[in-house]
Amino acid sequence: MSFLSLEGLSKRFGTHTAVDGLTLSVEKGEFVSLLGPSGCGKTTTLQMIAGFVEPSGGAIRLEGRDLLAVKPAKRGLGIVFQSYALFPHMTVVENVAFGLEMQGVAAAERTRRVGETLELVGLGAFTGRYPRQMSGGQQQRVALARALVIRPQILLLDEPLSNLDAKLREEMQIELRQIQRTVGTTTILVTHDQAEAMALSDRVVVMNHGRAEQIGPPHEAYERPATPFVANFLGRTNLVNGTTVRPEKIWFATSGLAGKVRTRIFQGNHWLYQVETAGGLVTVIRQNTGEAMPGEGEAVHLAWAAT
Amino acid sequence: MKSTPYLLSLPALLLFGAIVIIPLVMTVLLSFHDWGQYKGIEPVFTLKNWREVFTDSYFLEMFWRTFRIAFFVTLFAALLGAPEAYILNRMKSPWRGLFLLVILGPLLISVVARTLGWALLFGGNSGLINKALVSMGVISAPLPFMFTETGVIVALTHVLMPYMVLAVWAALQRLDPQVENAAVALGASPFTVVRRIVLPQVMPGILSGAIIVFALAASAFATPAIIGGRRLKVASTLAYDEFLNTLNWPLGAAVAVLLLVALVAIVVGASRLVERRYAQVFG
Amino acid sequence: MSKNGPVALVYHTLFVIFMLAPILVVCFVAFTPEGYLSFPTDRWSLRWFYAIGRYPEFISAFWRSLWLGALSSAIAVAFSVPAALAIGRHRFRGRDAMTALFMSPLMIPHVVLGIAFLRFFTELGLGGTFVGLVLAHIVVVLPFALRLTLASAVGLDRSIEHAAISLGASDRTVLRRITLPLVLPGLISGSALAFINSFDEVTMTVFIAAPGTETLPVRMFLYIQDNIDPLVTSVSAVVIAVTVLALIALDRAYGLERLLVGRSADGR
Repeated sequence: MSFLSLEGLSKRFGTHTAVDGLTLSVEKGEFVSLLGPSGCGKTTTLQMIAGFVEPSGGAIRLEGRDLLAVKPAKRGLGIVFQSYALFPHMTVVENVAFGLEMQGVAAAERTRRVGETLELVGLGAFTGRYPRQMSGGQQQRVALARALVIRPQILLLDEPLSNLDAKLREEMQIELRQIQRTVGTTTILVTHDQAEAMALSDRVVVMNHGRAEQIGPPHEAYERPATPFVANFLGRTNLVNGTTVRPEKIWFATSGLAGKVRTRIFQGNHWLYQVETAGGLVTVIRQNTGEAMPGEGEAVHLAWAAT
Repeated sequence: MKSTPYLLSLPALLLFGAIVIIPLVMTVLLSFHDWGQYKGIEPVFTLKNWREVFTDSYFLEMFWRTFRIAFFVTLFAALLGAPEAYILNRMKSPWRGLFLLVILGPLLISVVARTLGWALLFGGNSGLINKALVSMGVISAPLPFMFTETGVIVALTHVLMPYMVLAVWAALQRLDPQVENAAVALGASPFTVVRRIVLPQVMPGILSGAIIVFALAASAFATPAIIGGRRLKVASTLAYDEFLNTLNWPLGAAVAVLLLVALVAIVVGASRLVERRYAQVFG
Repeated sequence: MSKNGPVALVYHTLFVIFMLAPILVVCFVAFTPEGYLSFPTDRWSLRWFYAIGRYPEFISAFWRSLWLGALSSAIAVAFSVPAALAIGRHRFRGRDAMTALFMSPLMIPHVVLGIAFLRFFTELGLGGTFVGLVLAHIVVVLPFALRLTLASAVGLDRSIEHAAISLGASDRTVLRRITLPLVLPGLISGSALAFINSFDEVTMTVFIAAPGTETLPVRMFLYIQDNIDPLVTSVSAVVIAVTVLALIALDRAYGLERLLVGRSADGR
């Protein structure tokens, strides 16, 4: 029996169907991402698990018992919101201690656990600060600590990194992954960023129009997309002579599909090419190994491995 | 829960139903009642008061004066207040806050005290303003300010000015300062920047300020009562006299209801126009 | 920010003089040593401030205005907090109409309100009573209280409350520990603005106050109607001084601009 299961979960707002019969099983300790463009129903799904949105149909079970029968305040889930939703009138410690206070945890125990959790997220020195005195990344850590300190059965992350700049986002991804491994909490992440989902998750659920288009490990979804939507959403694709090929799987050869380089863009670790061929425009990504590469206007031949 | 917002607003709704709507309806009804010097208010249905208000040239002249004053007050407030708001907005940090306080602060000072100040400045022929104007040689004989429309307009413009500055200031805050710089970079002179870039963008602010100032000027009481005195009646001072001196409540009610209806029509109509005109750009 | 040119600064100076002149004149004349209206030239005197003490109707009117302002603003805030939460956080039928109703005292001329209340309270037997004054003032200051509480209710991030719920807080705890503390700044400034507006209200009050329940502005207005003498200037000077002190305190605590402009959530 799986730890958390969504069974035919649906949500309709008037005539609009936001989530359409979503079924998903999550194992204990697993990190699962709900991935899709905005409006695909991923956030609504998360809100139904959290209890802030009532499903129109279907069931949610946690260790076999009906979660929908439990009030949001009693579900014992840790949630990190996109806006962090820190209590602006409370210090870092007060923010993190709030959930323990609600559970009636004794003051001494509370102090110990708050301290522990703040150490875990690397904020041991910021206890007396107010949220507005902290950077976005620090606020993000407070939000994470606040959710983790209650030892939730499930950690729900709603686009937690989307307000951070690219470099910080990457750092936080690594850290988030490490923390999740350390505490072992079952985690569900909602994101529109495919790189983030693939970097963090054991499995991804690629959603579109309220349905799961594919559920599986990131590598599998990337290499063997179940639908064109999944293929496109998880990365660039080329449709050449009726077959779908990822740009990084194409190389310049002495023979093969003839074409001419229209543009060449240098992106540090790789080169991005647009090549005009008889079959249309083909995107090619080549690792930057320091070797000389074809320039703009050059005639080239493209080859790729058959799948 | 669907009923939550209704439950939350129920106390305030009950309060307003009981002590706003009922009294207003009673006032409208009162305007259709009869009144006599000796019989007092008679709860019968008559159009007498309304006929009097609409046919007697005294009332026509009085309403005309009320709206004329309101118009000039609005005009002067816009012409003088909008540039000041712009200047304020360009000031550096400590001055900006200080002068904003100096200019908006009077809004919260008793209107009776402010009007008293103008009464002292006007003060018949020996008022400070006349003394100054005569000594500077601008005029040879003192101008009458007390008990004149000019005096009421000057004092009301002062009393209501903060609302205009506030409205334009709020509009200026929404302006992206980079847009002005962009215009300058494209070779626009400061005057062109104001005329072509700033003014069109703050126009909704000026207009919404104008609506507020006009409504408040047309219904102003204390200032016209003190500066205009008994000789220069406007709608609200006339209604006051009917109620507390002549005691013809039904007639006073008719004047008040007409003022209310006219103002609501003007304000709602003008707001609609402004919204429609600017909805496309600033929606 | 580019600086203002000399023409702008001259204009600004004249404008500030225009705004301050009548207020300063009142304060100067209040210090006259003469028995008639005049500017104190060589000698300043507090005689007209001492004179206020001999007119108990001004003193009692002052205390009545303070009480009236405190009571009506406190009650208006109590009514407007739940209404602001309803309007600011829910979409429901009649929401716009309800907002318009609560804001209507801003648009209805105070003369009309005065007349309506005079008629209404006379019928109820509340004519000229303090209770009547409080009821009427609650209505006219409620829009100010509502506008600022509404601004903070609208600005409140819903997920902050969701966060508290997810951490196990009951509805009551969320309201007490999260929602109310977060709308508190709006609530305090709303009551301050409501208080000042009640304290200054004259047009409506002049209709419903009777001898014995006159507020300070009404007493001043009626006094000026009869004659303008240095006594009323010294009373006005005291009122101005009290307001300016309150204003400076408010500006320090909350920011006058924020107080008056609001966060323009209701578009006014």
